Amino acid sequence: MNLIILKPNKENLQTYLVLGIVFLSIGFIDIISNSFLNFNITGFLPSIISYLSPLILGILGLHFIRIEYSGNKTLDQINKNLNSSNINAILSLIVIFILIKYVPSLLNWAFFDANFLGNTKEDCTGNGACWVFVKVWFNRFMYGMYPDAEQWRINTSFLVLFGSIVSIFVLPNKFKKYIILFLLFIFPIIALNLISGGIFGLKWIETGAWGGLSLTFIVSAFALIFCFPIGVFLALGRRSDLPAIKYSSIGFIELWRGVPLITVLFMSAVMFPMFLPDGTYMDKLMRVIIAITLFEAAYMAEVVRGGLQALPRGQYDAAKSLGMGYWRMHFLIIMPQALKLVIPGIANTFLALVKDTPLIFVVGLLELAGMIGLAKTNPEWLGMATEGYVFAAFVFWIICFSMSRYSQNLEKKLSTER
Amino acid sequence: MSNIIELKNVNKWFDKFQVLKEINLEVKPKEKIVVCGPSGSGKSTLIRCINRLEEHQEGLIVVDGKEISENTKNIENIRAEVGMVFQQFNLFPHLSILDNCSLAPIWVKKLPKKQAEELAMDNLKRVQIEDQAAKFPGQLSGGQQQRAAIARALCMEPKIMLFDEPTSALDPEMIKEVLDVMVDLAKGGMTMIVVTHEMGFAKEVADNMIFMDEGRIVERAKTNDFFENPKSDRTKLFLSQIL
Repeated sequence: MNLIILKPNKENLQTYLVLGIVFLSIGFIDIISNSFLNFNITGFLPSIISYLSPLILGILGLHFIRIEYSGNKTLDQINKNLNSSNINAILSLIVIFILIKYVPSLLNWAFFDANFLGNTKEDCTGNGACWVFVKVWFNRFMYGMYPDAEQWRINTSFLVLFGSIVSIFVLPNKFKKYIILFLLFIFPIIALNLISGGIFGLKWIETGAWGGLSLTFIVSAFALIFCFPIGVFLALGRRSDLPAIKYSSIGFIELWRGVPLITVLFMSAVMFPMFLPDGTYMDKLMRVIIAITLFEAAYMAEVVRGGLQALPRGQYDAAKSLGMGYWRMHFLIIMPQALKLVIPGIANTFLALVKDTPLIFVVGLLELAGMIGLAKTNPEWLGMATEGYVFAAFVFWIICFSMSRYSQNLEKKLSTER
Repeated sequence: MSNIIELKNVNKWFDKFQVLKEINLEVKPKEKIVVCGPSGSGKSTLIRCINRLEEHQEGLIVVDGKEISENTKNIENIRAEVGMVFQQFNLFPHLSILDNCSLAPIWVKKLPKKQAEELAMDNLKRVQIEDQAAKFPGQLSGGQQQRAAIARALCMEPKIMLFDEPTSALDPEMIKEVLDVMVDLAKGGMTMIVVTHEMGFAKEVADNMIFMDEGRIVERAKTNDFFENPKSDRTKLFLSQIL
């Protein structure tokens, strides 16, 4: 039998398959025994070859089983997806090896060796994560320094918010616009008054006490709602024929895009009050929200402008030829198409905005990540930074991932091209 | 009868390149004019000046008794009276065919929604695509899209219709369905200015022919005269190539 090592072929399928699987198995046994049993079966080889041995064995194995049109469906699938060339085989092996080496230990740390029970740091005895920390501080992570007895006010606000959002999807179309109007104009006022209090016998709670995840939501929600229309108008302004509007829009956009957010926040907190007339006072949180809004609006403007420029001129011609003026043309014809085009860009900006909110720590406001930063310095809970920040990362990921999924949904739903 | 469109000594430049030279044109109500000429001769620019999709720099353009100039306050009002059909259809891809047609009547003419939709359906019937009303432009064939675009323009109940090479972007077998609609429209007494290379259509409906070359109106004649004994050599050459 004439086996051509470098060119596996269909005639000797069985032989090559056996050969390939043997090499692959040795490679996998090597990496598994290395990672979990602390035993190196290729230890007799020089150290560098021993280190790379799983990879070399795997590549050889994959090379032997790379037989085109073998007639075996499973084999063809594997070859097509993981093993289409030597380079792809190496990449596949590296990814698989990394997963084998690190996923189990990560799972051990996060779940199997982790501590969930107890109320103090001393209850954490295992080698894994100490989730007791998150459990004990959970209330602070959610509400900041907001008094426990008043937290129902935040809960109510957010329940109403989520209720209204859900009802937009559930209720028939004719109620939708009322709910959207309510959410945009009435709800923010109610929510602000409810959370800050001071009227209707509600206890006044200053914004310095607001914090945790609820503050993340408050800052993000207000900034998202306001930065969008401002961005749209800036984008239109930048394309305007009127020089005054055009150049002030360009100036505004380039100014805010050119400055780091942390500087903007710092200025809003420290410098801005100096420019206010004596006796006037603007709440710190309000200033921060305005700063983030204007900052993100500049980015939003450029995203929207990209969409405007992608539209063919014929759309403008057609709208004009029907007698539409500037505003009707833009809001009935141009914007709906341009915004649809840039949904991925808008989602990008919104995600960046949510993830930028932790920066408000520079002015002393502590949202989720800020509260974790505070909690980890508590003398009774030193050394819990990892757990805290993993928790923060997880929460932010959930928020951002759902926003991203929603934007993809929206894109699909609005697509009218075939 | 007084002229519904009048152009006097109209000049237009794109930067330094002069696209329209000393254009004079009168159009009477219900008149059908077909404009032909080689590409780049300024035909499209000429009709785009009539509803000010392009601005002219010199001369006088009067549409339905109103002068069109930089200072025209209510250019939208004039545009609402002048329907336009484009080579690339330019339907609004984010709206259904029905919404494409009823949008401008609702927002520009302020018709109630129900009435505007009835008007739209009437015009879609007129161009024989009423069964496509709920679809989006992307789901229609080229010929259907162009007929929808004609219906959309008709929904504004214009006094004048401008056609800018309406069949040039169509597959050959779809040209006829669009031309049929236009012939129908012409017989209904619409004032029409049509830029086209479809000489069969021109012979059938045009009252007057205009031949343009290098930004000038080279020849203007009754349709029969134009085809039977053209005066200028340039026209003869063009006709010999196109017929």
